[in-house]
Amino acid sequence: MNWLTNFIRPRINSIVGTSKDVPDNLWVKCTSCEGMLFHSEFKENNNVCSHCGHHMKWEAFDRLAAYFDDGKYKEIKVPKVTEDPLKFKDKKYYSARLKESRAKTGRQDAIIVASGKIGGQKVVIAAFDFFFMGGSMGAAVGEGLVTAAETAVKENAAFIAIPSSGGARMQEGMMSLMQMPRSIVAVEMVKDEGLPYIVILTDPTTGGVSASFAMVGDIHIAEPGAMIGFAGPRVIKETVREDLPEGFQTAEYLLEHGMVDMVVPRAEQKDTLARILSLLMEPKQTALKAIA
Amino acid sequence: MALDFEKPVLELEQKIAELSKVEKTEDINIDSEVMQMRVKADKLLEQIYTKMTPQQKVQVARHPERPHCYDYIKALITDFTPLAGDRLFAQDDAMVSGIGRFEGQACVILGQEKGSDTETRIKHNFGMARPEGYRKAQRLMKMASQFKLPILTFVDTSGAYPGVGAEERGQSEAIAKSIESCLRAEVPFISTIIGEGGSGGAIAVATADRVLMLQHAIYSVISPEGCASILWRSGEFAGEAAKALKITARDLKELGIIDDIIAEPVGGAQRNHPAIFQNVRESLSKHLAELMQKDADTLKKERRQKYLQITR
Ligand SMILES: [Zn+2]
Repeated sequence: MNWLTNFIRPRINSIVGTSKDVPDNLWVKCTSCEGMLFHSEFKENNNVCSHCGHHMKWEAFDRLAAYFDDGKYKEIKVPKVTEDPLKFKDKKYYSARLKESRAKTGRQDAIIVASGKIGGQKVVIAAFDFFFMGGSMGAAVGEGLVTAAETAVKENAAFIAIPSSGGARMQEGMMSLMQMPRSIVAVEMVKDEGLPYIVILTDPTTGGVSASFAMVGDIHIAEPGAMIGFAGPRVIKETVREDLPEGFQTAEYLLEHGMVDMVVPRAEQKDTLARILSLLMEPKQTALKAIA
Repeated sequence: MALDFEKPVLELEQKIAELSKVEKTEDINIDSEVMQMRVKADKLLEQIYTKMTPQQKVQVARHPERPHCYDYIKALITDFTPLAGDRLFAQDDAMVSGIGRFEGQACVILGQEKGSDTETRIKHNFGMARPEGYRKAQRLMKMASQFKLPILTFVDTSGAYPGVGAEERGQSEAIAKSIESCLRAEVPFISTIIGEGGSGGAIAVATADRVLMLQHAIYSVISPEGCASILWRSGEFAGEAAKALKITARDLKELGIIDDIIAEPVGGAQRNHPAIFQNVRESLSKHLAELMQKDADTLKKERRQKYLQITR
């Protein structure tokens, strides 16, 4: 396995990473209430609207920095996979789309793997980057999940997956569908070692992503308002020919229907993670001795 | 039902039928001519079926007269005993499930049934399973390990059902756990894509030691129509999408996604049910015999390894 030993400086990265999205603009408009938010405050608030509490997309590196102790983590290099296995072309070459997304995000594909500590517990995180082709899952993303799981096993760490994805990457055809069983094999490796597997479901988690690794967690934490479901609302509407229920496929809807353990706002996510990890991971013998 | 691209054959067959009638009324020997035309028609059909485009394969894969899941069960499985219900919410008739014998060996059988007329199509929800179907599949896969019964699945679905209730009851979770159950099975596991392998709804019961595919079946991450409407912004480009997605048995064998192709009779499985049953029987027997040599741990380990290696 390849290791990137340089520590990512989260703050610098967040500035570099987001400067393209918010050019010279000091203000951000909330996509839900349309309220105006001062950019620096918005960032400080983890991309959550201070007017209505709406959780907007959160840059993966910012998220990692917020979760890991002291904002420190090690990015883990994901081995390269066969690119564009089908030589796919729609109106545009898939290879050209990849190039564009790489230029736009500065990332190789839609996943980042990092290891570090949360509340003192060892953790490996695989986080999706929605800005890279909608976070769609192809071979590279699948490889990221496998790499993360293998690293977790090697480091005796918990595995946290953070999907933000519309589903399978169509341009990789069946190779993308195969990432569904592949990602579950990855999770099985972690579970076999008795290590916790936590999923943080963010907006959106749909299609082949929600129907694979994202729904087999020991613990499911969803972000407020996140859209989570298998089929898209448009497809469902066309099939059933009726209006969809209020709040359909939101995190809160899933909580109500027993599909997630909790809906946790960003401000509380790190503490929640740290608490859960310590509960699940602290040395068992010590705990049992203490009771005796 | 003839498909549009089969028309030349159909016209020939009509002529043959007319000539055959003539033969009876008039005292002219046209046997040899009819014979010649038959040979010609067969040749034409063979030609058409070897040169089929991916989109034409989609039509064949969805042909209503193609044998469906129950037809294979009737032809290949003895003592078939259907088992119903997920023990949680409901019975899902889209997912056929039960136990029975294949070549004398007791097995767990799963598969999607599309139905063959209006009544049965509605009963089976056109082969689109709801969470209950996948949870029933999980239940049976666990039972398979418990009683050491190999698992045979017959996959034929346009996809998992996209409905409000299905989402409410966790379609995603049901599919994810079904894939997990496939990976945990401690018995030989063979999936046969008999018609349409529709995305997550298919892989939920097709994460197997051996994935076999009928020559003219299709297996895709998204329907060509769906793909075209998203990437080309028009369903009219379904033909292009079908080609680009590489959904045919030959393409998927090359990509290492399926393990074997089961040959179909000339003109497709829909033209000759007994022939395709025989071919499926032979292929299943061969692969099952190979897998029966392996112990539970080896099967599980190799199955995981197989999926890890795909795209690596
Ligand atoms: Zn707002």
